[in-house]
Amino acid sequence: MSSTSIEKAADELMATYADCIDDGRFEDWLELFTEDASYKVVARDNHDRGLPATMVLCTNKNMIRDRIAALRGATKYNFHYDRHVVGQLRVRPRSDSDGEWELRASYAVFQTSHEGRSFLFSVGRYDDRLRMEGDRLLFCEKTVVVDTFAIPGMLATPL
Amino acid sequence: MVENPTEASADSPVVKWSRNDYTRVPLWLYHDQKIYEAEQERVFRGPVWSYVALEVEIPNPGDFITTYVGDTPVIVNRDKDGAVRAMVNRCAHRGATVRRELRGNALEHVCIYHRWCYNLDGSLRGLPFRKGLKGKGGMSPEFEIGQHGMRPLRVAVHAGVVFVSFREDCEPLEEYLGPKVASHLKRIFHRPVRILGYQRQRIRGNWKLYLENPRDMYHASLLHEFMSTFGINRFTHEGGLKMDDRHRHMIAWSRQGTDDETEFVELFKTNRVHESKMKLHDASILKCYREFEDGVTLSICSVFPNLVVHQIDNSLATRQVRTVDKDEFELYWTLFGYADDSEEMTHHRLLQANMVGAAGLVSMEDAEAIEIVHRASAGDPDGCTIVEMGGGGPIRETDFHINDVACRGFWSYYAELMGIEPEGAVR
Repeated sequence: MSSTSIEKAADELMATYADCIDDGRFEDWLELFTEDASYKVVARDNHDRGLPATMVLCTNKNMIRDRIAALRGATKYNFHYDRHVVGQLRVRPRSDSDGEWELRASYAVFQTSHEGRSFLFSVGRYDDRLRMEGDRLLFCEKTVVVDTFAIPGMLATPL
Repeated sequence: MVENPTEASADSPVVKWSRNDYTRVPLWLYHDQKIYEAEQERVFRGPVWSYVALEVEIPNPGDFITTYVGDTPVIVNRDKDGAVRAMVNRCAHRGATVRRELRGNALEHVCIYHRWCYNLDGSLRGLPFRKGLKGKGGMSPEFEIGQHGMRPLRVAVHAGVVFVSFREDCEPLEEYLGPKVASHLKRIFHRPVRILGYQRQRIRGNWKLYLENPRDMYHASLLHEFMSTFGINRFTHEGGLKMDDRHRHMIAWSRQGTDDETEFVELFKTNRVHESKMKLHDASILKCYREFEDGVTLSICSVFPNLVVHQIDNSLATRQVRTVDKDEFELYWTLFGYADDSEEMTHHRLLQANMVGAAGLVSMEDAEAIEIVHRASAGDPDGCTIVEMGGGGPIRETDFHINDVACRGFWSYYAELMGIEPEGAVR
């Protein structure tokens, strides 16, 4: 695939990613990952120091499924809307793995309470890996490095 | 050090308790600015030991971390002689933060504003231009360097856990902890630990709500549905509550696998709690390796006034409560394993960290619970909470889960420190 068409596909994938979360369509969000995908949320402070602890660690898609199942059926959290604003994407072919691309982008997530009050909930960046499966570009690795690692309240819905 | 009397005195806040056993607690205590200020003085800077660090975080001479006791900034460091020392992180000169980094290694602490320089015990080593320039300016000749250090704190270490106190008249740390908590800490920290990382969480609620949270054992099975559904901790497990003689600290404990699954499901049905249909696609998170001879798989130990140590299956962490103001506190989580853990075990602890912290499958609800209490209770100056699960009267340990007795223990010691005990108060 040419780099222009990959960039286009990555743009589309990231826009869909943000829409799915912001619309509360977590089951659709799930389908943007490969079966062996990992999803991690890490504090920038830990990340920069090489400390392994994460806030969310899913090492395969089943674990991501369980997160969503828990969100739907077990955990209680603040009623809110999410709104993702994703900065420019940088997509590069991975030097060490054929057919995979690296993606890096900054994000800001605003939360709005169900009473209509908005605030900046989280800023950080995505350090991702992408792969074509059939004719679809998917995340095979998603790492959210959180600058706002003093989490306001709780972290329930995906970043 | 300044000795602050904590007995009831003319300037003690006036609190009308409707009962002397703390089964009713006025809601305004979570929302009052004067109470918050009195707490900083009488609780956090009072005759108590506050958790600040694990020794393993400052292994070498010169290693330091910065932290908080209540809302007072504190430096904890290892001095050149190997001793752990602590001091208020505030320049004696203008009150600036001296050590701005979160951590590091240094032979001295220097304030950037006017370069006042302190030793690792907090004493003032020197300041530039003390004698002025070319005979002009400089500090008064009477200025005594030895009188103007950063305020030193008492330090005591138990099982590698570092505590500090602002007061000389505080009892020795091991007496303060009491034998049960002292041996519980030795149990958790029985061999060298390795820090896996940190989590920080800002909760918009009064700090006392978090002290009550683990002391209210019976919320666990009701609020944390993931926890009860997957048998991590349930009412029906063998378990109970242990306290020190003064009832200020507590240990909630539980042994998983000691109940009957169908009995549990039936109980929740008849009590109209919830009937979970959730199934896991990857159950590796639920694996619990038995690490302790006593077979206890969950223990939540809260040490007054700012520490929780948890063992939830194989997830281990300390949680430090740092007050921000009367309406907010920070939870500072230090996740750890043991230094000799295998790679698999480290991975398993990291996997189980999914259950704890700000995004924790069995802990995110605590933030929401505290925020909804804080929000709604603000508007009820005459209201009070009900603390009556497990009965009222004397404060006693239990061998069952459905109780919040340790909350009354918290309030009784808190009231004593604050000088606001009711007449004939239970202790």
